[in-house]
Amino acid sequence: MKQFKKWFVFAMVLTLVMALLAGCGGDKKEKSGGSAIDKIKKRGKLVVGVKYDTNLFGYKDPKTGDITGLDIDIAKALAKKLLGDEKKIELKEVTSKTRIPMLNNGDIDMIIATMTISEERKKEVDFSDVYFKAGQSLLVKKGSPIKGVNDLKGKKVLAVKGSTSVVNIKEKAPDAEVLEFENYAEAFTALKAGKGDALTTDNSILYGMAAQDPNYELVGGTFTDEPYGIAIKKGDKKTVKYVNDFLKELKDSGELQKIKDKWIKE
Amino acid sequence: MDFIGAYTPGNLSYLLKGLLVTLEVAVISIVLSFIIGSLLGVLRYAKIPLLSKVIAVLVETIRNLPLLLILFFTFFALPEVGIKLEIVTAAIAGLTLFESAMIAEIVRGGLVSIGKGQIEAGRSSGLSYTQTMWHIILPQALKRMIPPLVSQFISLLKDTSLAVVITLPELLHNARGIYNGGNYKIVFPILLLTAIIYFLINYSLSLLARALEKRLDTDRKQGTGLRKIRQNQKQSRPIPESF
Amino acid sequence: MDFSILTDNFDTYMTGFFNTIKISLIGLVCSFILGAIVAVFRIAPLRILNFIGACFVEFIRNIPLILIAFFFYNGLVAFHINLSGFVAGTMALTIYTASFIAEAIRAGIQSVDKGQMEAARSSGLTYIQTMGYIILPQAIKIVIPPLGNQFLNLVKNSSILGVFAGLDLMYYADSIHEKTFDTFNTYIFVGVFYLVLTIPLSLLVGYLERRLAKTE
Repeated sequence: MKQFKKWFVFAMVLTLVMALLAGCGGDKKEKSGGSAIDKIKKRGKLVVGVKYDTNLFGYKDPKTGDITGLDIDIAKALAKKLLGDEKKIELKEVTSKTRIPMLNNGDIDMIIATMTISEERKKEVDFSDVYFKAGQSLLVKKGSPIKGVNDLKGKKVLAVKGSTSVVNIKEKAPDAEVLEFENYAEAFTALKAGKGDALTTDNSILYGMAAQDPNYELVGGTFTDEPYGIAIKKGDKKTVKYVNDFLKELKDSGELQKIKDKWIKE
Repeated sequence: MDFIGAYTPGNLSYLLKGLLVTLEVAVISIVLSFIIGSLLGVLRYAKIPLLSKVIAVLVETIRNLPLLLILFFTFFALPEVGIKLEIVTAAIAGLTLFESAMIAEIVRGGLVSIGKGQIEAGRSSGLSYTQTMWHIILPQALKRMIPPLVSQFISLLKDTSLAVVITLPELLHNARGIYNGGNYKIVFPILLLTAIIYFLINYSLSLLARALEKRLDTDRKQGTGLRKIRQNQKQSRPIPESF
Repeated sequence: MDFSILTDNFDTYMTGFFNTIKISLIGLVCSFILGAIVAVFRIAPLRILNFIGACFVEFIRNIPLILIAFFFYNGLVAFHINLSGFVAGTMALTIYTASFIAEAIRAGIQSVDKGQMEAARSSGLTYIQTMGYIILPQAIKIVIPPLGNQFLNLVKNSSILGVFAGLDLMYYADSIHEKTFDTFNTYIFVGVFYLVLTIPLSLLVGYLERRLAKTE
């Protein structure tokens, strides 16, 4: 029975210690405000939130474990400018739903993840200048009767939680039934399984899906403007300026165009 | 269906990586929730004025909420009130919070099942309340709690899969990553393999629980009269089996 | 708490809330029927039925619910069966809960004295008649509290439908979150809605348990 008593005391002490540790940990994080740029330089590593499931922009290949895409190349170029080495980078998976909480949380320094600059989101985060211009479109199986956004009456349209395309499609096609998924890959799996008649999101992302599976095609052109920006924690003006200067350099040197040409063939 | 295309070495090692995260998160959460849950269960049982009531309300509230919602909270909502957690920490915190409440009930149920008569007997033979608890009630209750505790741990291991919603790179997350990125023909084979992995781990755990149960049963028969124990069991509130 | 989120999105919350009730009720009825059948399988005097019952219970109980749901939603497409999130989710919940209910019922049946079965059989009733008229009615009383617990779990578990467009409370909460960006206040009301369903159930289970303990 002594053993049991020991165990009990041990458990209580451990719980107390943990509670204390948790409290201290919280405090530390609170204090380290300030600009992301300073933090990154101090840490010697850039932590970026990217998509893992979006072909051409941010895609993790399960077979090799490599994460590649346009967003990734931009992140690497930024790491090179900031820290002199494009390998000094950590990529973390985000989805449209998790990315803003993760940025505000301090899990990531910035979001480079097919993120549209919108007035609503500007209330939550700060954006860099536009680095890519996309527009919302529709992906359907080849031979589908859907030719554009006006043919969606009574149809099931698949979209992704937390993306601007959900809000837009509800406006442009109010008679369509919208089904929302956790991420793009999940939504595309659902389309392939026949869970819906069309998938809607930015044309750039849809091109990536059509490239993966030639049985699917984009229809109806674009019906919104989706300018992509890099999201930075609200109020961090220093980092926003740094990133804007970086994007300008990238554009002026022709590097940005090279990255775009590498990924987007259409 | 394409089993050969599904079970490539790359895919398998990606699944294995997921499995390791599942096990890591599950083991840490099991240890933490066992400690916290036992503490809460004992404190609730002890009927300390106010404290036991507060714990009762907390435990009942958490037990009656979906774990998915609790995970959402630890990951998405806590940062809004100033508590910031990494994905793995948030998953462990959410699981620990929920499972501690479940374990607290198991522990309390186990203690209640021992019956008031024994406390009275202990007290009247000159032991203090704490002594009675240490030496008489707890050892018996602990034995009785082991089977439901093990099935709760199995639940916890299964529940780690709910952390897919906060992109924890665990087994099911990686399984979905594989089939979402590939041909539709590999969906079924990958899900099947994932199910088998979960089954093998949990089934061995449940066999372990059964072996323990059997051993405890013989202990009981060798102990005091079987009849009396049956009576005790009937009086007790059955220990709730969780999902 | 910011009540404007609740009042602004009341209809959306309600759609999800009633769907969650609908899913839970369908799941309750179906999983009870399936669970009872499996329980009878497990104790039937036929080895092969015992084996099938045991396989069902052991396999389903030991894999995560959400995996079963993905199997119904995505996996069955390989067999040309295409289910909506709502149907796939409800089926997964039914099967998963049934495996626990089967065990609860089996334990209940086995707690009824064996002599009763022998007595009924020797008085000319068939095995199925004995089960239906003598054993099950007695067993039900014993298994009601654990069944209540399983139903409670069913309600809570229904939240996984939100992950694959199952149109439940959690799914609609996500769509409210999209507009409000206010995680804390959006999901705190979801919690309240779940508690509205689960707390009365939990109290009822507790009451039944205590009553049962007294009458025994």
